[in-house]
Amino acid sequence: MTPLLDVRHLSKHYGRQIGCADVSFDLWPGEVLGIVGESGSGKSTLLNCLAGHLAPDQGEVIFDTRAEGPKDTLTMSEPERRMLSRTDWAFVHQHARDGLRMGVSAGGNVGERLMAVGARNYGSIRSQAIDWLGRVEIGETRVDDRPTTFSGGMQQRLQIARNLVTGPRLVFMDEPTGGLDVSVQARLLDLVRGLVRDMGLSAIVVTHDIAVVRLLADRLMVMKDGHVVETGLTDQVLDDPQHAYTQLLVSSVLQV
Amino acid sequence: MIEITDIAKTFTLHNQGAATIGVMQDATLSVAPGECVALVGVSGAGKSTLMRMIYGNYLAASGTIKVAGLDVTTAAPREILKLRHETLGYVSQFLRVVPRVPTLDVVAEPLLTVGTDRDSARAAARKMLARLNLPERLWSLSPTTFSGGEQQRVNVARGFVHAYPAMLLDEPTASLDGTNREVVLSLIEQAKARGAAIVGIFHDEEARDRVCDRQIDVSAFAPDRSAA
Amino acid sequence: MCCPVLTTPSPGSAKDWLMSDYNFAYLDEQTKRMIRRAILKGLAIPGYQVPFASREMPMPYGWGTGGVQVSAATLTPDDTLKVIDQGADDTTNAVSIRSFFERTAEVATTTVTSDASVIQTRHRIPEEPLSEDQILVYQVPIPEPLRFLEPRETETRKMHALEEYGLMHVKLYEDISRHGHIATSYAYPVKIEGRYVMDPSPIPKFDNPKMNMPAIQLFGAGREQRIYALPPYTDTVSLDFEDHPFDPSKAPHPCGLCGAEDSYLDEVITDDQGGRMFVCSDTDYCETRCANGHRGTELAETAA
Repeated sequence: MTPLLDVRHLSKHYGRQIGCADVSFDLWPGEVLGIVGESGSGKSTLLNCLAGHLAPDQGEVIFDTRAEGPKDTLTMSEPERRMLSRTDWAFVHQHARDGLRMGVSAGGNVGERLMAVGARNYGSIRSQAIDWLGRVEIGETRVDDRPTTFSGGMQQRLQIARNLVTGPRLVFMDEPTGGLDVSVQARLLDLVRGLVRDMGLSAIVVTHDIAVVRLLADRLMVMKDGHVVETGLTDQVLDDPQHAYTQLLVSSVLQV
Repeated sequence: MIEITDIAKTFTLHNQGAATIGVMQDATLSVAPGECVALVGVSGAGKSTLMRMIYGNYLAASGTIKVAGLDVTTAAPREILKLRHETLGYVSQFLRVVPRVPTLDVVAEPLLTVGTDRDSARAAARKMLARLNLPERLWSLSPTTFSGGEQQRVNVARGFVHAYPAMLLDEPTASLDGTNREVVLSLIEQAKARGAAIVGIFHDEEARDRVCDRQIDVSAFAPDRSAA
Repeated sequence: MCCPVLTTPSPGSAKDWLMSDYNFAYLDEQTKRMIRRAILKGLAIPGYQVPFASREMPMPYGWGTGGVQVSAATLTPDDTLKVIDQGADDTTNAVSIRSFFERTAEVATTTVTSDASVIQTRHRIPEEPLSEDQILVYQVPIPEPLRFLEPRETETRKMHALEEYGLMHVKLYEDISRHGHIATSYAYPVKIEGRYVMDPSPIPKFDNPKMNMPAIQLFGAGREQRIYALPPYTDTVSLDFEDHPFDPSKAPHPCGLCGAEDSYLDEVITDDQGGRMFVCSDTDYCETRCANGHRGTELAETAA
C-alpha cells in the first residue's frame, strides 16, 4: 500500500519572509488531515502549494496517480496537473464565490467538471447534477437557479457538489466552514464526514477552528511561523499537546 | 490482548515555566481475551491517564503498550486509527459528536466505518438503543441536548454496537438507573463471553465486583516523588 | 500625406493624384507585412487567435476596423472587392468600406458574389457557394468565444492552449436549461479540425455549415487586436450535445421577393398593422434570382 500523497521537504518563501519551511508528511487513502495555526502561520500557503496554486521553492509533492502510480506533481507538465485538479483533486474555497461560477445555474456549476472531462449528453449531465444536489441537500427545484439566490450555507454545499461530481480522491479545503452560522457549520461538517466515509475520500482541511478539526480530522498538523511544530492523531494532539504553542492554542479555546 | 510494559508518563507545562510533572512510571499489566480488569486507586492516581494511553489519546514517555500486537506508543496514526475502528472500543464519560446528527446515526457510525451497509448498521443501532431503553422518539434527535443519563446510554450503545475484541470502559454505569445499569453489566458480561479483553474504571463497587476478574491499583505506579 | 509613396505598384496613370495622397490600400507596407504574417500564422494554425498590432483606421471601432486591415493587407491591384453588411451591399457600412478601398486601392468593386475575388463581410456568408480563388474576410467584434464565461484573458489563453473547453458546453447547457433548446442563434461556437474552439463572428448559425468551404476565410478583430483564419476545406464542427444536436435552422418561410426556400431571411416590417415579409438577407442572391425570373409571393401580388 502506498500513501495517496507524500509531501517531502516543501518550502516556500516570499522574499525573505517564510511562507512554509521544510514540511513533510504523508496522507493515506481515506484519511482526513487537519492543518491548524493562527493567521500567517503558513497553513494557507502550504495548502496552495500542495494544490498547485502556488509554486514552492523546493520539495516534492508526490501523488499516487491512477494511471502511472506515484508522481511528483511539481514536475508534472501543466496540462497534466490541471487535468488532475479537475478529475482526481478538488478544492473547496473558503468563500463559495471563489469556487463557483456565480452567473451559471446550480446545474451548470455541477455539470461543468463532467463536461470538462468529455460528457456530451445533456440529459445525463443534468440528472447527475440533480443527484449531486440531492446529496448535498439542495432540492431539485433549485437546479436552474443561480448561486446568487442561495444562502451562504447552500452556496458552500453547492461548491462541494461541484467539486465531488467527478469522484475525486483528494479534496483540499480552505476554512470550509469559515463565515457560516454555527448551525449551518454543523450540517456542513456532518455532510463532509459522510461523503468522506462513503466515497473513501482523503482530505486536507485548513482551519483555525479547533472544534472543526476535532470533529472532522483524523490527524492534525499544527503550524507556527511557517513550521510544523506538532503532528499526530487529532485527539492526541488536542488532549495531550507536547509543544508549547499547541498547549497555548488548545488552552485558548473558549469552552462552551 | 493488551500488554502494558514499564509505562511512564510525564506532562510538560510549557506555559507554566516549563514545569515537568511525572504522573506514572513502571506501569505494567496485561489483559487476556475474555478478561475484565478494573483500574482502581484514589482520584488523581492516574486511572484515566493510563486508559487514555492505551487508546493512544495520551503519549507515553517510555515503555510499550501492545494492543492486539500493535505497540500504540510507536504506531503511526493510521495504524492507531485502524486499531480504533476495528479492534479497540472506548466508552468514555463524554459524548463528542457533530451537532444535529440524529442519535441513530451516531450509534450506527462505528459500524459504517468498518464497512457495514447502512441498513444493517441502522438495524443494529436500533436494537442496541432499544435494549438500553432509550425512548424511540429520541432516536431521530441529536444527543447533544439529552440528559446525562441519556447521553451515557448513547455512549454505551455506540461502544457496544460493534463487537470490538478489546474495550476500554470509563465509568460505563455512571448516572444510570438500576434497570439500565443492569443492561450495561449484561453487555459487559456478553462481551467477555465472546472473548473481549476489557479494561474498566468503575466507582460503582458492586458492578466492579460483578464483572471484573482482577483489580489493579494504579497508585502502585505513582512515580517516586523524590526521584522526579 | 506629406511624403511620397515609393513602393506601391501603380494600377494606372489616370488617377495618379490619388496615389500620391494614399499608400496602396491605405496601410503602409510594413504594417501590411505584419498583418500578412499574422494571417499566414493564422492559416497555419486554423482557429488560433494570432495577436497583431492593430492600427488606428479612419473609422470607429465596431465598424469593421479589423476586417478592413485584413482586406487592406490582402488586396492586390488586380482584385475585385465586394463588401456586404448583414448580406446587403447597400447599407452604410458596406458602402463606406467599398468606397474607402475604391479611393485608397483603386481596386475594382462589385456586388456580384461570383465576380469578387475578395469579399469583406459583416455577419453573413454569401448564399452562393464560394470558390477556391476567393477570400472571405470577416469583421469580428469579440474573437474570444470563452470571454463571457471566463473574463480573464490569461486564463482563456491557457484554456485554449490546454484544450480545456468544458466551459463552452456549460454555456450551451445553460441555454437548454433555460430555454429547452440551444438558443444561441448567432456567433455559434465551432471546433476547428478537432482542436481550437473558435467564434465564427456573429454570423447566423444557419451559415455555420457553409464554413467548410473552398475559399480562404480570414477573421479580423481590430479593437481586440486578433486575427484568425481557416484554410480551404477546414473541418468545422458546431458544438452540441448528443441529445440536443446542432440545428442550423432559419425562419420557415420562402423569400417574399425571389421565392428562395434555401436562403437566410430578414424579417421586414411593412406597416404598423403588423404586416411583415421575409426577404433574402443576401441582396445579390435575391436580385440575381429575380433577374432570372424567380418570383416570390410578395412580388407576384404587386405584379398582379
